[in-house]
Amino acid sequence: MSVVADGVRRPARSLRPAGPLIVIGLPILLAGAVTVALTMGAAGIPLGRLPAALGLSADQADPLTARDQLVLWSIRIPRIAAAAMVGGLLAVSGAVMQGLFRNPLADPALVGVSSGGAFAAAAAIVFTDSRIGNSLYFMQNELLPLAAFAGSLATTMILYAIASRAGRTSIAIFLLAGLAIAAIANAGIGLLVFVADDRQLRDITFWLLGSLSGATWPKAATLAPVLAVALVACLSVARGLDVLVLGEAEAFHSGVNVERLKRISIVLVSAMTGVAVSVCGVVGFVGIVVPHLLRLAIGPAHRLLLPASALLGAILMTGADTLARTIVAPAEMPIGILTAAIGAPFFLIILLRQRGLAGL
Amino acid sequence: MTICRRLLPLLAIAAAGVAQAAGITVHDARDRDIGIDNPARVVAIGGAITEILYALGFEDRIAGVDSTSLYPEAALHDKPNVGYMRQLSAEGVLGLNPSLVLAMQGSGPKEAIEVLDAARTPLVLVPETFSEQGLLDKIRLVGRAMGAEPRAECLAGAVASDLAQLRELRGRVAKPVRVMFVMSLLNGRVMAAGRNTAANEIISLAGAFNAIDGYDGYKIVNDEAIVAARPDVVLSIARGQDSVEAEAVYAHPAFALTPAASNKAFISMEGLYLLGFGPRTAAAARDLALKLYPALAPQAATLASATLNVDCRR
Repeated sequence: MSVVADGVRRPARSLRPAGPLIVIGLPILLAGAVTVALTMGAAGIPLGRLPAALGLSADQADPLTARDQLVLWSIRIPRIAAAAMVGGLLAVSGAVMQGLFRNPLADPALVGVSSGGAFAAAAAIVFTDSRIGNSLYFMQNELLPLAAFAGSLATTMILYAIASRAGRTSIAIFLLAGLAIAAIANAGIGLLVFVADDRQLRDITFWLLGSLSGATWPKAATLAPVLAVALVACLSVARGLDVLVLGEAEAFHSGVNVERLKRISIVLVSAMTGVAVSVCGVVGFVGIVVPHLLRLAIGPAHRLLLPASALLGAILMTGADTLARTIVAPAEMPIGILTAAIGAPFFLIILLRQRGLAGL
Repeated sequence: MTICRRLLPLLAIAAAGVAQAAGITVHDARDRDIGIDNPARVVAIGGAITEILYALGFEDRIAGVDSTSLYPEAALHDKPNVGYMRQLSAEGVLGLNPSLVLAMQGSGPKEAIEVLDAARTPLVLVPETFSEQGLLDKIRLVGRAMGAEPRAECLAGAVASDLAQLRELRGRVAKPVRVMFVMSLLNGRVMAAGRNTAANEIISLAGAFNAIDGYDGYKIVNDEAIVAARPDVVLSIARGQDSVEAEAVYAHPAFALTPAASNKAFISMEGLYLLGFGPRTAAAARDLALKLYPALAPQAATLASATLNVDCRR
């Protein structure tokens, strides 16, 4: 189906001058961020030793090389991979949600998907220590990510049930109900914080602030297919999201199955957010900031915006995680602090810009 | 409001005046002199304080304890519980009609402490310093507040003698090991004890090094920093089911690269015993030392804990 025939602006034409630059620049930037991340860490591996430590050069004489290889391959590389993929997932889910809500400020955290996941994770932390949870204790390490994922999905399903009636889904009600669900989940987290002991309290707090500490090969291996499938699925709704900008009725008359589009988008966003939350806890603002920045640079066409968001999200998250694990070494800075510290000022700038555009 | 502000200092002075007449004044963690009339009904907040009160034979005077008072077991069974020491409710404490509140430094929240202060109940915040001297000072302060300095001196003397024996035992350690205390291991994230923690002090009392000296308090430690810290032993607390398990530590990608995992060196001890900084601390440090250095067992066998054998209850 020709896009032009639908009377919709051809996405390619919305490429701003920065478009080609971004398309070439983002992969290069990602490679740079990964290289920097590879060389930085509590166990120092300078750029010169990197080829040997990666096992790429023949020079294996250095006694440090064996240790470097272990540190790199069993700790640092899985963590960098997980950071990049989590960043991609968060940014893409933000982009899809903004397209769906036709609102540049939408974010999975805003509609309570992250809060629901965090509440379930906090409950897992508190109740695996209690009499109720003792029977589940043997699987505590698996339980926490599973609970976070289940909490995110359950939140979305509740929201969807509330917002749907007679086969139609009201995005406005979805958004408002999301705010209420987020408030309820936060109250639940408050209650859990109240009953938690000192150690659980620290665990909950660190979970709420997000961290990629503990990202291992199995977690990176879980993320990879999720990201791949989600990206492909998101691209399949890209055109629908482009048309939806005109309004639901107009999109429907342009031949888009609007209800199906909404369902698929909501499932995708909650699955992507749930997986990201289950790996690293709650990390805010990546989902808001990344798509918005890109929309300014390359325009709103989702076919380009979604993969570009994945790349820029990966770059930001890799960079933030590199800072998180080096600036206070041997301790760790929760990554949520860094993304919020970078993201919140952007959010304000976006708001101020919108105020300017609205002529206020 | 204004009346309250004017009245409170007057009331405080009046209360202090009465107490000084009764003869007991103690200096607390807030750098204040607290006057105590009659230490007949005491609310003990903090596991170490409850332990000391029991060791001094004052269990009958305990009107209530907090939820960290896990030893002796009778404390939690027999006494009303005012909840967690950091989440006190002023009303809950005052409802027990205490004539004295002995609380560990760090008890809170601040508002509850302020209300207790305003209620004219003498409230002594006992300083928490994780050191040998801090432990002896804690015992003496509790004893003084109870008007029982001789009993406190008896207990402090026994603890000091245990600490001296421990020092001698430590002197025989040829090669101190590096110990990492793991508070929790959750979803692969390791929370370890840095400086200025009870864990840090108990490790050095046992003649070992804390492998993490790059930060204060309990924090999430970077995985690579674990490898760089090269712990010989991982220490944790065993509290029923929520303990960190040896297998989880050995399987962790960072610990797997340390001597602790290759030697399968994992020790867990009961939480309040290990970290409580009460009368049993010297015994706990000795237990830990024996686990870290089994070669010391012959020397340790000849020693007897003065604290566990002495009776300072009268």
